[in-house]
Parts: sequence; C-alpha cells; structure tokens
Amino acid sequence: MNDDRTVIGQLSDGRGSQLSHEQASQHIKTMPGGKASSAPIIGNDEEPTIFELSSPGRTSWQLRSTQVPQWSMEELVPVGHRRAFPVSLAEVSERDLVAHYTRLTHRQFSVDLGAYPLGSCTMKYNPKICDAIAGMPGLAEVHPGAPPELVQGWLEVLVQLEESLCEITGMQAATLQPAAGAAGELTGLLLMRAYHEDRADQRRRVIIPDSAHGTNPASVTLGGYEVTTVASDSRGCVDIEGLREALDTDVAGIMLTNPNTLGLFEEEISQIASLVHDVGGLLYYDGANLNAILGVVRPGDMGFDIVHMNLHKTFATPHGSGGPGAGPVAVSERLVDFLPGPRPVRLTEGKSNWSGGGFNDEFAGEFGWMLPTKSIGRVHSWHGNALVLARALGYVMVNGADGLRRVAQRAVLNANWIRKRLEGIYDVPYDRVCMHEVVIAATTLKKTYGVSALDIAKCLLDAGFHSPTVYFPLIVEEALMIEPSETESLQTLQALADALENIALGAKGGVNMKNCPMNTPVRRIDEARAARKLIATFDDR
Amino acid sequence: MPDYTPHTQEEVQSMLEFLGMDSIEDLFEAVPTALKMTQELDIPTGLPEPDVYAYFEDIAMRNRLVSERLVCFAGAGAYDHEIPPVVKALAGRSEFLTSYTPYQPEVAQGVLQAIFEFQTMVTRLFGLPVANASLYDGASALVEGINLAVAASGRNDVWISSGIHPNWRAVVKTCATGSGHRIVEIGLEDGITCWPDGICGTQSPGVIVVGYPNYLGCLEDLSKARSLADAHRALLVVATDPISLGLLRSPGDWGADVVVGEGQSFGTPLGFGGPYLGMFACTKEHVRRLPGRLVGETLDEDGKKAYVMTLRTREQDIRREKATSNVCTNQTLMAITAAIQLGWLGTSGLGEVALRCARGTRYLRERLLSLDGTESLTGDTPIFREFGLITPLPARLVIQRMADQGYLAGVALSDLVGNKGDGSLDLSNSHHGLLVAVTERRTKDEMDGYVEAFDKAIRS
Repeated sequence: MNDDRTVIGQLSDGRGSQLSHEQASQHIKTMPGGKASSAPIIGNDEEPTIFELSSPGRTSWQLRSTQVPQWSMEELVPVGHRRAFPVSLAEVSERDLVAHYTRLTHRQFSVDLGAYPLGSCTMKYNPKICDAIAGMPGLAEVHPGAPPELVQGWLEVLVQLEESLCEITGMQAATLQPAAGAAGELTGLLLMRAYHEDRADQRRRVIIPDSAHGTNPASVTLGGYEVTTVASDSRGCVDIEGLREALDTDVAGIMLTNPNTLGLFEEEISQIASLVHDVGGLLYYDGANLNAILGVVRPGDMGFDIVHMNLHKTFATPHGSGGPGAGPVAVSERLVDFLPGPRPVRLTEGKSNWSGGGFNDEFAGEFGWMLPTKSIGRVHSWHGNALVLARALGYVMVNGADGLRRVAQRAVLNANWIRKRLEGIYDVPYDRVCMHEVVIAATTLKKTYGVSALDIAKCLLDAGFHSPTVYFPLIVEEALMIEPSETESLQTLQALADALENIALGAKGGVNMKNCPMNTPVRRIDEARAARKLIATFDDR
Repeated sequence: MPDYTPHTQEEVQSMLEFLGMDSIEDLFEAVPTALKMTQELDIPTGLPEPDVYAYFEDIAMRNRLVSERLVCFAGAGAYDHEIPPVVKALAGRSEFLTSYTPYQPEVAQGVLQAIFEFQTMVTRLFGLPVANASLYDGASALVEGINLAVAASGRNDVWISSGIHPNWRAVVKTCATGSGHRIVEIGLEDGITCWPDGICGTQSPGVIVVGYPNYLGCLEDLSKARSLADAHRALLVVATDPISLGLLRSPGDWGADVVVGEGQSFGTPLGFGGPYLGMFACTKEHVRRLPGRLVGETLDEDGKKAYVMTLRTREQDIRREKATSNVCTNQTLMAITAAIQLGWLGTSGLGEVALRCARGTRYLRERLLSLDGTESLTGDTPIFREFGLITPLPARLVIQRMADQGYLAGVALSDLVGNKGDGSLDLSNSHHGLLVAVTERRTKDEMDGYVEAFDKAIRS
C-alpha cells in the first residue's frame, strides 16, 4: 500500500503516547462508533406546513431598487392573459421561513449525520471542498448560453472531467449531458439504436439479468426495445447457458452491472463480452457500482462499449435528497460519432463547428463546441448538470489516481468486513468475497420468528443508522443490501454490525419488532392509506 | 496525501486478518488477472484541497461572470434572478444536500414534507391539481409530458409548436428516436404558432404542445391550441416560464392537460445550465400515469400526520419495463430550493418579480426598437419578459462586442440549434436574431448602459 501513513507506524491513543499492537487492537475494538441516535431532537410534535404558518400581508422578500418606470399590470399584460387572482402562496416572515425549514431538517437523516449503508446507492461522505467549488461565483453565475469565448473556464472543466472519466472507465469519449443514471441509460440505449440503424441492422431486443436495477428495463422500453431477462446462476452471476440461448442477431445489446447488484463480480465477463459481440450486439455497463473497481479494473478493458457513471455515487457529489445527480456516458471508439452534442472539446484549429446555420465565429480560445457527425442530438436543455460535474472533477483531483484506487479498496474492505461479521447471524445467500456491497437476508428470521427485512430496517433506524436497501435485488428473498462505503470507519462498522446482531438476537428472543421504529419523528407509516386516499397537496386535505 | 477514508494502517491490517487475508489484493480475487490494471490510472496523483481550490479559482477567472463583470441580459430558459442569502443558507443545509431519496419515510419527514409543500406550490402556479416531485430540467419534463399524453391519447403523433425552446425540441426529437413518437413541428408567424386547419401530412395528433410564454417571449391565445386539441381529441401540453405566472393566467386555467416548466428561476443559480428543475403538473385523471415521484400525506401508526412517497407502482423499481418513466434520481434539491424561494417571495413577491420583469422588458425593448437598424423579431405580438430582436449585424458579433463593454447582450438564436445540425429555426436570418431577457435585477441604469453599448456595437 502506497500510503503516507504507513511511516507513522503506530496508533496513538489520542494523548500522544504510543500503543502496542495488542493495545491498539483492543483500542480499535472499544472505540465508540458513529451512531446518529445521539442527535438531540427536541420533542416530537408535527411541523405545520408553511401554508399553515402564513398570515396574509406578511412578507419577507426584498428586491433591488431599479428606477424602472412603474407601469401597471394593466399596461403590461393584455386583458385576456391576465391572472384573475394572485397565485396563493404562503406569506411568512424571513424568521419563520428559516425556522420552518430548519425544523424540517431536524426531521431528516443524512450522510452528514450518520452511516447510510444503503446498498446500490453509494452514500459516501461528500467532501465540502466540492461544495465550495460549486459555489464559486465564477462557475455558479455563468449563463449557459454565453458564447464559448466567454466560458473558456467552464469548457476546460468539462473537457478535463470527460478525459478523466474516460481514463477511469477505459473508454474513448464521453457525453456529460445526461442528468442522472437513468438519463444516461436512455442515452446509451439511443446510442445503441443509432449505431445499429447506421449499419442498417434492425434489432429489437436488449438482454438484462434478473438482478438488474429497475431503471434498466424501464430505459430499454423508452429506447424502443423489448426486454429479454436472463436468470442468474447459483453463484449469483449471469447464467452463461441462459445467455447463449437468448442471444441471436435480434439482440441489440446487453445491460450489465459489474459488480452486479449482489455485490459480486461477473467473473465470466470476458466470455459474456465475446458472446454478445459475436452476434453483433453491444455491451452496456451500468455504472451504479463503479465505486468497487476504481483503478482496479476498467469497463473498457472488460469489453464494454457504453458506460454510464453515477457521479452522485462514485464521485461523491451529494445526493440532494434524491437529486441532482449526473450520469455521463462514455463510449468506445465505434460510438464516438453518435454522441449527443454539442460536445465541449479542445479545439485544434481554433474554431468551433457548433452552429446550426453554418456561422463559424472566429475567437481566440482553446476550447469550443463540436457536434459529432452522426449525433443522436441533445439529451439535456443545456450542457448537463454542470455544477455537479464541477464537483466531480474536484473529487477526482483531490483523490487522484492513487486515492481513487484506495477508495475502491476500502469500500470493498468495509463490505467484506461486514459480510464476515454477520455470517451466521443473518443468511448470506452468496457467501463469498464480495465487492463494495453485500446482500444478506432475513429469510431464516422471517421463517422462524416472523421478523422480516422491513422490520430489521425499521429497528436499525431506532439504533441510529439509516437502513440498508431492502427487498432488492428481487432475486433474494428478504434481502438487506448493505453498502457501507469507504468513508465509514471500522468503529462505525462495528457499531452497525452490533446493532444488526442485537436486532437478530432480539428477534430470536421474541422481541416485538413490528413496533419499530420508536425513536423517529414519526413511526411506521400507513402507506396504503396514502395511495387509497390521495392527498398530494395541501389543497387536497 | 488527501484522503477521505478513515482507516489507519493498523485497522486495515486488523480487518484483513479478520477476513483471513494477507493483502488488500485478495479482496479482488474474483477479478480475472488478465483484466486487472497493471499500473495506476493515468490521472495525476491526488492534490491537497487548497491546491484544487486554487485550480478552480483560476479556472473561474477564465469565465466572464454574469454578476460582476458582465451584466446579464441573457435568458432563453436560464435567468439571472435574485437569490437571497436566506434561500442559499436554507437550501444549502446538509440535511437536504446529503440525504438520499426518502425511501425510509420515518427518517425523511423533512424532505418529504418539503416536497409535499413544493407540489402544492406547483399546482397553484400551474393551475392543475397534481404535481410531481421534479424532473431533470424543462426539456426532460416536456419529454415526460409528451410521453404521458401519448399514453393517454393512445396516439403518438405529436404536433409541437416551434415556439418551444429549440434545445427542448431537440431533446424531444432525440427521445422520439427511441419512443417512436412522430414529431411534427408547427411554424410561427410573428411569434405565434400557425396551427394548421386540417391534418398536416400525418395522422390526427394525440398531443398538441405549445409554449406560454413561448421561448421568444410571446403570449399566444391558448384557446386556439385547446380547440385544436379538442378537435383531435388530443391532449394539450403547455410548456411555461413559471415566473411569468405571477401575472399570467395559468395554463391549467387555459385548459391544459399537462403543464411543464423550467424552475431554475426559483432560487437556482445559472450554473452554466444545470442542475436545474423540471416542473410537472397534470389533471387528476392522469395521476396514475405521472412520471417520477409523488409525495402524499397519510398517518403513522400513532395516528400522527406523516408524509410518504405514494402511488409507487407507477415507478421503475416496481413496474420495471412497464413503468410510466425510467426516472429515478430527480432534482429534489432544486425542488426544495424552489419551495424555499417561493416561501420567501410569497404571494406579493412573486407578483412583484413578474411585474418588474415585464416593466424592465418593456423599457429596454422600446428603447432598442427606437434605434436605427433594429427590428422586432415577433412583430407586435404581446411579449412578457423576454423578446427577440433582429440585429443589423450577426447576433454573435453583437454579443462579442457588447461583452467588451460589460454586458452579456442576450442569446444568439443561432446558438440554439436543433439536432443533427438541421438548425430547425424559424427564421431565414437567424444569425441576426438576438433573444434578450430582463429580470427584476436589472436597473434602469444598466438598461440605459446596455442601449448605449448596443448602439455602439451595431455602428462600429
């Protein structure tokens, strides 16, 4: 390991004295973990909606003095277009606005608060330096329609990121436009379609393993293809014989996640690639689990033609309560001409060839826009989720080649530590060395004690952890998919494992798990009622 | 060496021992040796944060700022509105920033309630009763709106007004190569859609799409689009600029079945085009076809009010290839930001912002049209907060020259291109088309300075 800290050699006890290895091990075992249940919550009253905090006539807005002539609405808007009544919004003071949203945040778990071992989601720590980068006025206040000579800095950021992502994935070129993983999937499928159509090759089917994320089949449909599902074998990988049977010249391609959603590496990936390529199909890499292999192995080297990345997972851009993300798509040589455009590029001849009507403006600059010759077209209003892209570049730069590899190593180390620690306590359906995540199951607990994966998830909330992903992948009953990520410490893993062990012991001891959670702002929620009697706005009440 | 992993070397060793492994490489035994990288990635070694920060500071200097050195008159779907410190402070809270999709509602009531409130605000703005928790941007919201309307009407011929932002139309066309929708673009005259009387070479449309205001800032009579939709038993999808709805009749009130919009104007910075906010609302009838997430109110087991994602069987993780959409990750942070901004504006603030945009637009437009050589791109059609000019010189050149004088003059229509280089612009002289937007942040002095600089730019 090329790690500076190896030279430090010994663990400190925090008071400057050095500990022996035995003492150090002991010390490690007894350090407190990172449970979020220590966070103080004052009371557990409901928070009223902002509409209930409103008093007509109360304001908090303040706008610039502009000295513009004070024409009235009647003078500005033709009568037929005028709103009859103002839009009814909450009217609150700035102080109440702050209090309302601050109280809401106190009813919200987050990565910054505690461990979030949500499988498939890579809820790692989001470095604050990247927030600072995204907040720089020189990046945040730039208009996307400004001509290239005014946005050379931004173009450089985009080109740098594209080059880094291509190196990391082993691909030729990338589009940064897709706003999220699913948008990247659809983009990839449209690239697949354009590629085949360009060769006058009509194909109708895309193959997906039964362990795939739900976005895969949904994207296939939007791409105009039919889904063919192939089963997983007893080892949790693509069943090669099943794949062989499914493959013919009607297959446009296959979508794979590797490591797959069981956290297992598809060992036969090279054979899978040959089989698919032999019938003229393309390989699509779902990058949801890229974190596991950074600097270790690259999708391009495995034979993939199209790769999407989730920058909000692997590259630590914050998930923002469910978005924004960014889902760049990198491709192999033969797909470069089909990429969405315009693409940010290094200019070789000092000219941009992006201009729909042929107006090529001369300007001095190193970077410009380019529309690939057979481009599938735009997939975003502008250039993608640019501020997310800038954060990702920051993350790549701070980590560097050495750091990214360490990220993968420690993500895999953490997941395996959890797997080993929970062996014998939970079912581990595919019990071998896993990658960045491990799928355990409550099958036995359910069968013997009636305690389900959902019960365990809810009990874990009480213990101060976010729950793992539950009931996914679909091929494992009572699945609990744990992805600790590389940024959780051994002490936190210990506390998490202890909590899971205690829950299992409690289940065996007959503790009523259906009561959990008890310590959260609300308790188990009547989801059926929400769907039956839909109240999706305040006005529906 | 920069590092966000907490492991000490001793801990790594003890963990490997626990696993019965000698080396960290043993963790990757499943990866075939032939595939493994034999050397490090060809990207630089990690840099300490201050060095990276300095790099980005340098990069940022190479952009011309909108706020400090370039006064922004560019719009075209991305606007320089006031974002007060209170909105930045609240929207930047790490509980919103660093949490995931609220799949565990017991520990996600903060986000769920914020989305519920956002949905309420969108329905009130758009004038339709159901709104989702957000989509990626205006263009993606439009694509989803069209998909919903095609599914509901059962017909995939889509008539789309050329008043829809060219970039959005481009995205619609890209996605249509997969969905198979047949997209027919309907031209404009003086900024108003020329809807055909009969059928234009295709089947009867299942979907009619129109902008209100459209991307050239024009207000068209939506009752025409509504009648056309009725005549064809088609759904009417309206793409709106939500700020304008502070003063304008809502598209829902005009009879739209689906309303989509770009919500960047509500508290999200220009950010070179993203992340922005796709807003989406529809009638109750179509709620089960709604794309993306929807938050509903219910009770917990103690009878306490609680919020949860609902009607989940529409979504990709459950319905898979039969889902209404593939969207998973959306733009929740921007939705929460918009809700906070709308909370700050309130009823009177939203109206005031819209009014000030319209006032500034009128002032600048009248002054520019009084100059020799400039013409309105859209005749006398009423406009709201943005307008098209025909410039005597190519618009790109005007923008370049005005940048030297401290103004971002607008967006050149020639920069808003469709797919595959087809241009798909409505104007033969599109290189002379300049789109100018005025927000509530623009002062009279700035506009007077703009006119002076513009005059100089077109005469030099």
